[in-house]
Amino acid sequence: METPRLSSLYQQLILEHYRNPRNKAEMDEKTVEIHMANPVCGDEIRLQLRIEGDQIAEAKFVGQGCSISQAAISMMTAKIQGASLSDAEGLAERFTALMHGDTEVAKDRSLGDLRALQGVSKFPVRIKCALIGFDALQEALKKHAAEGPH
Amino acid sequence: MTAFDPIKIRSEFPALDQTVNDKPLVYLDNAATSQKPKAVLDALERYYTRDNANVHRGIHELSRRATVAYEDARIKVAQWINAPDSDELVWTRGTTEAINLITIAWGLDNVGEGDEILISTMEHHSNIIPWQLLARRKGASLRYIEMDSQGRLILDDLPSLLSERTKVVALGHVSNALGTVNPIKDIAAAAHEVGALVVVDGAQGAVHTKVDVQDLGVDCYAFSGHKMCGPTGIGALWARKDLLESMSPYQGGGEMIHFVGREESTWAKVPHKFEAGTPNIAGAIGMGAAVDFLAGVGMDAIAAHEDELLAYAIEQVGSIEGVHIYGPESLEERSAVVSFTLGDAHPHDISTILDAEGIAVRAGHHCAQLVMKHFGIAATARASFYLYNTKDDVDRLVEGLGIVRGIFG
Repeated sequence: METPRLSSLYQQLILEHYRNPRNKAEMDEKTVEIHMANPVCGDEIRLQLRIEGDQIAEAKFVGQGCSISQAAISMMTAKIQGASLSDAEGLAERFTALMHGDTEVAKDRSLGDLRALQGVSKFPVRIKCALIGFDALQEALKKHAAEGPH
Repeated sequence: MTAFDPIKIRSEFPALDQTVNDKPLVYLDNAATSQKPKAVLDALERYYTRDNANVHRGIHELSRRATVAYEDARIKVAQWINAPDSDELVWTRGTTEAINLITIAWGLDNVGEGDEILISTMEHHSNIIPWQLLARRKGASLRYIEMDSQGRLILDDLPSLLSERTKVVALGHVSNALGTVNPIKDIAAAAHEVGALVVVDGAQGAVHTKVDVQDLGVDCYAFSGHKMCGPTGIGALWARKDLLESMSPYQGGGEMIHFVGREESTWAKVPHKFEAGTPNIAGAIGMGAAVDFLAGVGMDAIAAHEDELLAYAIEQVGSIEGVHIYGPESLEERSAVVSFTLGDAHPHDISTILDAEGIAVRAGHHCAQLVMKHFGIAATARASFYLYNTKDDVDRLVEGLGIVRGIFG
């Protein structure tokens, strides 16, 4: 097996999001909150969404973890501000496919900054780090659908 | 004994001779599990290719050979910790099962409502959760010896924590997360004054230094084979014979019985009373071979080598800008573990970068979340050393940490 290169993993954009995470704050007006933890490594986040109608009016998170998990959730929250619920769901599905090595999705420019995380797919033990935020997003959308609009 | 030569010792461990990510492997995750010498692998192969049979059952030759090898291993491992009698050594799956055995076979009959169980915030989860389960079942309460800023137990608190309500004191011999070596002998003496049982989690203890359970003055000592060059899935509980004889069985099944009736049965003698079912015969034989191997190298020589490596590692790693090392400052109070953080690089990122350099370290909470909480951190990176590690390994680690600084610096 070819040795994956570290430079493909630790891109400047990832380190920049890790140091200056977007939307990292408590939100008072949240309509749904998901707590997600990876007990193996201690990554722990709470994703908070304010959903209005069919739209994510606001997305914030708090928590801590490695550069990959924190950058991925920072990029994700930036991407889903104002997105429709179905777009957010679609984004989660495409990003998950990207992490599992789907090369078609890798060409998808609409993923924006999240494409910087493509290299994670070459480091199998780190994929779950990149997905913790999107796993929380999918849970949040499910929870919202189950509980109905507020 | 010939002079200690880590390079020669290294050649006895086939797994160390490989490249990882195109770099020669540097294995520094020994506190999680050690690599296995050829002598142990050969013992396992010999058993399976020649002597494989069930123990204590057959009259035939293979069963006789398997039984002899299995019971010989018990004698070796019992002598390894200077147990007065090899019948006091119960085979288990490892340290975790040994501690669970005590909480069930002794705890359920001897701990009651209002009683106290004293452990510490330094413990591995395997020496917390079984006691939590027991406390919950019996209405007992858990009390904790706290740690100081260097990750040492605050023993000044001991007199106020011990009382006639204290039924058991259960502590790790050596901390897996910090390397702290606890003064078990002193604590055991204090615990016995109030009549408490003293249980020691020796998973990291019997590995690096000569353990003498009689000198320590404890009642139970639990340890694992896989951390001391033996196979996984085998370990032992040593306990005083009178204690074992007074205890209820742990699991029921074959091997642990004497006579079986419709309603009532009688139990086999110790240690077999606690060994229901076909045991891990190969594992026990492998653990015996591991003890032979370590004795051949010499535990004093291993301890001296590790002390030297630890001092070098603390000096080299500790001088890297941004590194914070956790645990006792005095090397006298410390085993060959360096648990650290580096600037704002998360330990998982440190581990991934080191792995790309062929260096295996552990990153995370090390099954010691109370330790992490004490220091207000989520995780550390941990380099842990064993007899086959060298100063070159430390140098490679330091180089790797330079790359971490280059990326996160």
